[in-house]
Order: sequence, then C-alpha cells, then structure tokens
Amino acid sequence: MSLITAIKSGDAARAPGRRDEAFRWTDLRGALGTVPAVTDARQPVGDGTAPEGVLLRRHAAPVGSGVDETLLTVKAGETLRLIDHICAGEGAYVRDLALPIVLEAGASLIRLVLVEDGAEAITYCRSDVTLSSGASFRQTVLAGGAKRQRIETTVAHPGLGASVELNGAYIVDAQRHTDQTTRIAHSGRDGASRQLVRGVAADRGRGVFQGLIAVAEGADGTDARLKHNALLLSDRAEIDAKPELEIFADDVACAHGNTVGALDEDALFYAMSRGLPLEVARRLLIGAFLGEIVERIGDADLEALGRAFLTRRLEALAS
Amino acid sequence: MLRISDLHVSVAGNSILKGLSLDLPAGEVHAIMGPNGAGKSTLSYTLAGRGGYEVTGGSALFDGEDLFALDASERAAKGLFLSFQYPLEIPGVPALTFVREALNAQRKHRGEAEIGAPEFLKRARAAATMLKMDFEMLKRGLNVGFSGGEKKRMEVFQMAILEPRLLILDETDSGLDIDALKIVSEGVNALRGAGRSMLVITHYQRLLDYIRPDRVHVLAKGRIVASGGPELALDLEREGYDRFEPAA
Repeated sequence: MSLITAIKSGDAARAPGRRDEAFRWTDLRGALGTVPAVTDARQPVGDGTAPEGVLLRRHAAPVGSGVDETLLTVKAGETLRLIDHICAGEGAYVRDLALPIVLEAGASLIRLVLVEDGAEAITYCRSDVTLSSGASFRQTVLAGGAKRQRIETTVAHPGLGASVELNGAYIVDAQRHTDQTTRIAHSGRDGASRQLVRGVAADRGRGVFQGLIAVAEGADGTDARLKHNALLLSDRAEIDAKPELEIFADDVACAHGNTVGALDEDALFYAMSRGLPLEVARRLLIGAFLGEIVERIGDADLEALGRAFLTRRLEALAS
Repeated sequence: MLRISDLHVSVAGNSILKGLSLDLPAGEVHAIMGPNGAGKSTLSYTLAGRGGYEVTGGSALFDGEDLFALDASERAAKGLFLSFQYPLEIPGVPALTFVREALNAQRKHRGEAEIGAPEFLKRARAAATMLKMDFEMLKRGLNVGFSGGEKKRMEVFQMAILEPRLLILDETDSGLDIDALKIVSEGVNALRGAGRSMLVITHYQRLLDYIRPDRVHVLAKGRIVASGGPELALDLEREGYDRFEPAA
C-alpha cells in the first residue's frame, strides 16, 4: 500500500488512506479519485540561482503523475549545504518523490526544503536519512500546502557524536492541506536530537504534524526534545498533531510538547495601538512566530531564502 | 483636544464607566487619580480602542473627531498614544523594527512619505541616549527579557519616536524604582509642549511629584467626582479616597 504502487498501477485504491493509521489525517486515496497517467513531460526546470557553495536541487512538478527517486550521499568528513526546492506545477498532478540521504562518518549537512504546490496537487515527499558516527544533520522544511501534501522524514540516529535537528514551518489557507511527519530512531547511546515545528492554519486550511521519537533498547543517555506549536486563525481551520515517544531504554531524557492556540489578542491590540493596521499587525505577529524557525536554519544564505519564502507566502495569506 | 462627554462603558455586561465627562485642552497635563476598581484602566483602554470595551453611551472627541468611529491603529495615526501599564512582549520582532514599522504605518495613514533608515536610526539613537537605554538592547525582541523599568523606558522611547499629540499614561509609575521613575519622568517631561496633551492615570501621588499636572481629577465608581489643581493630589495622598466612596 503506497502512493508509488498506486501511480504505477493506475489504481487509486492502492494508495494509503485514512484507514491506515499513519495516513489517517492525510488521506491520499480519498484525494486521488483517478490516478493521472504517468508522463515524463515536465515543467521546464530552469537554472535557479543558489548562493555560492550551495547545492540546489529543483524538483519540477510532473504533468499528470510522476515518480522520482534521487539518492544523495555526503562523503566522510565533508560539509554540504543543500536546498531541495519542490516546485509547483499546473493542475491536478500527483507525485511521489523519494530523496534518501546518507551521511558518512563525520559528514555534515544543512538542508532546507522549500515546498511549493498548486492548490490541486498531491505531493508526497519522503526522505530516509541515515547517519554514521559523528555526522551532523540539520533540516528545515517550509511548506505552503496543496490538495494533499506530506513531507516525511525518517532519521536513523546512531547515537554518540552524531547530531540531529529537524525543524519545520507551514502556512495553509483556502482548502490547502499539509503534513509534516517525522520519525527519529535512536539506536545508539548518548544521542541527542532537537525538533521544533510551527504552523499556521487560516481559512479552511489544515495542518498535520506527526512526530515520533523512538529510543531502542540500549540507547541509554538519549536526549531528545520535540515541540510543535500552531496557530489557528479561523474557526474552520484545523490542526491535527500527534507527538509520540516510544522508549525502550532505561536512562533517557525525552520530552515532547504541543500547543495549538489563537493569535495573542493582547499583542495584536498592542501593535495596533502603535499604529499598525489589523492586517499588518497580524502578519507581523505570524511572521515573528514562524520566523523563529527560519532563525534556526543555521546558515545566513539559506536563512535569507527561507525568510523570503515565508514572506511571499504570508503576503498571499487569506484570512 | 480631548472632550469626553457622559461616557458609559461596559465590560462583559458590567457597567464600569457611568457618565464620565472630561475636557483636556491642548498643551495641558491632567492627572486622573482613583482607587482600585474605579475604572481607570477601562478609561484608557476605551480611549485607545481595545476590543471588549463596549461604549453604551456618551462620546469622546479628539480634535473634534469621533474617536469611537476609528479603530486602534487609526487613533494612533491621528496622534493618540497609550503607554501600557504592562507592555507586551513580542518575540521575534526586534524593538527597533517594531517602532520603525509603527512609525511608517502611521505616516502612510497620514499620507506622508516613509522615513528612511538613516534618519530613523538618528532619531532612535537620540531617544535612547536621552532615556539612558543600551542601544544594543533595542535590537532584541520587543520587551523580551526586559525588566519592568526597561519596559517602561521602551514605552517612552516609542513616544519620543512616534511623537503623538495626545498621551495617555496608564500607571506608568508601577514597578519602577526611584531612579527609573526619574528617567521615565524626564523623558515624558521632555515631550511636554504647547501642541501636546497628556492624561496621567495613577493610583499614587508619587508620579505627580515628577510629572506636574495642570489639573487633577478624581475618578470613583465610574465618574469624575472631583476636580482641582495639583494640591488636590496632595489632599488625596493625606486623606485617601474614602470620602469619595460613600458606603453604598
């Protein structure tokens, strides 16, 4: 049961749907209807411009359905800055994008994933990330929603010496949906991981966050923190969040937190009392709320791009 | 400059202001004193335009214009400024950015050109120096991690930059030690002038030693029950508010 088999067989019933626990909030089967034909025709990719020393991968949207898999290996001791730009296309396309990553010993990767889609699109992007000892992986996902959109990251954390930080932000409005699902599997001793995801759902938008931290037997000394905060900007918007800890080791420090609330009315009044019109004040506060994610990207060039992405999305935000 | 007539305000269905009238001419500083629960904060929030304060009767004119026809940001653009008793923290928005955005939003509303970065920084540095504020602090999130005194200085800093014509100081002395009170008061006094009026709302007379009012009004049970010169504040300090609050 996967989106790939559904696309390859042309049978929507083979896509995961809401009866599957892991997809109960992101019903791909229900959204599919019929599966568009697989085609190689793509949107023109263009060069794109990346800051010097940054690897930019532009993943064009298919016309119809598309399946793609690209492996990235960061060699031992090397350092890489990577942008995965998942580009929007026209109409009701469906794509399954697999972007596995291997970090060899001592390798370091800062990854920014910018996800743009049309309102009728179904995008499922998954990355299995494997770290060797001493490797460092720092990822930020910024997503704006689609008909169905899921960005899934699974990290195999070997413990001591390796470090993992998974952050994300999302903004959804109209009838857009987005899902950030993560799983960090701690298998070795004394591993640390940090996670902060923030989201905003306006209008009839729907945001989903599922974060699992699994600590295997023997992975003592694991220190894992996971936090999700979301703002609901309308009565018809929806946030579904499931932070989970699965711990089979004895001596660990793990914590998860989840908050969903409205925009702070007091702060809004304060800003307005200084002369900021309501919409400007709202955007200022939302931008500040999500801006803390951008500040954690960990690289000035990528932060500038992340900030521009959020600003564009905020300016288009329907209330 | 500000004329309040027979103002009635309810909060969550409870009547708080019950026929308050007040005339604040241009260039004057008036103090409003009153016991807890008299309606002091309700008055300042109602004038500034906070949601949840329902005007059930009366009017407030600012330069002849109906204040209640404007939202909070429009009132600010017209020159009204409320200094909060408890200024809010806004993480992620540097204090300087916030004030500059506010200034330019006001200027835009008034049809004036935006102020450029160099000119803004010049004004900001001058205001920070006057208020003995660390300029580096202004690059941090607005009021985040500021002490009570620093937050009040930040309010006066905003006044100095935004140059409002009508200032409402809501319990500006609360949470200040004597040194901070002096600095904040000097900052406020530096803004006194012919074209600018102030409403100083306070529980204690102490603040009025530093910001000398032209007139003092006593607010009790939702109305102005006495008005007089600065000496009225001293009487209140000596005798308390009891004589204005006859047992019901």
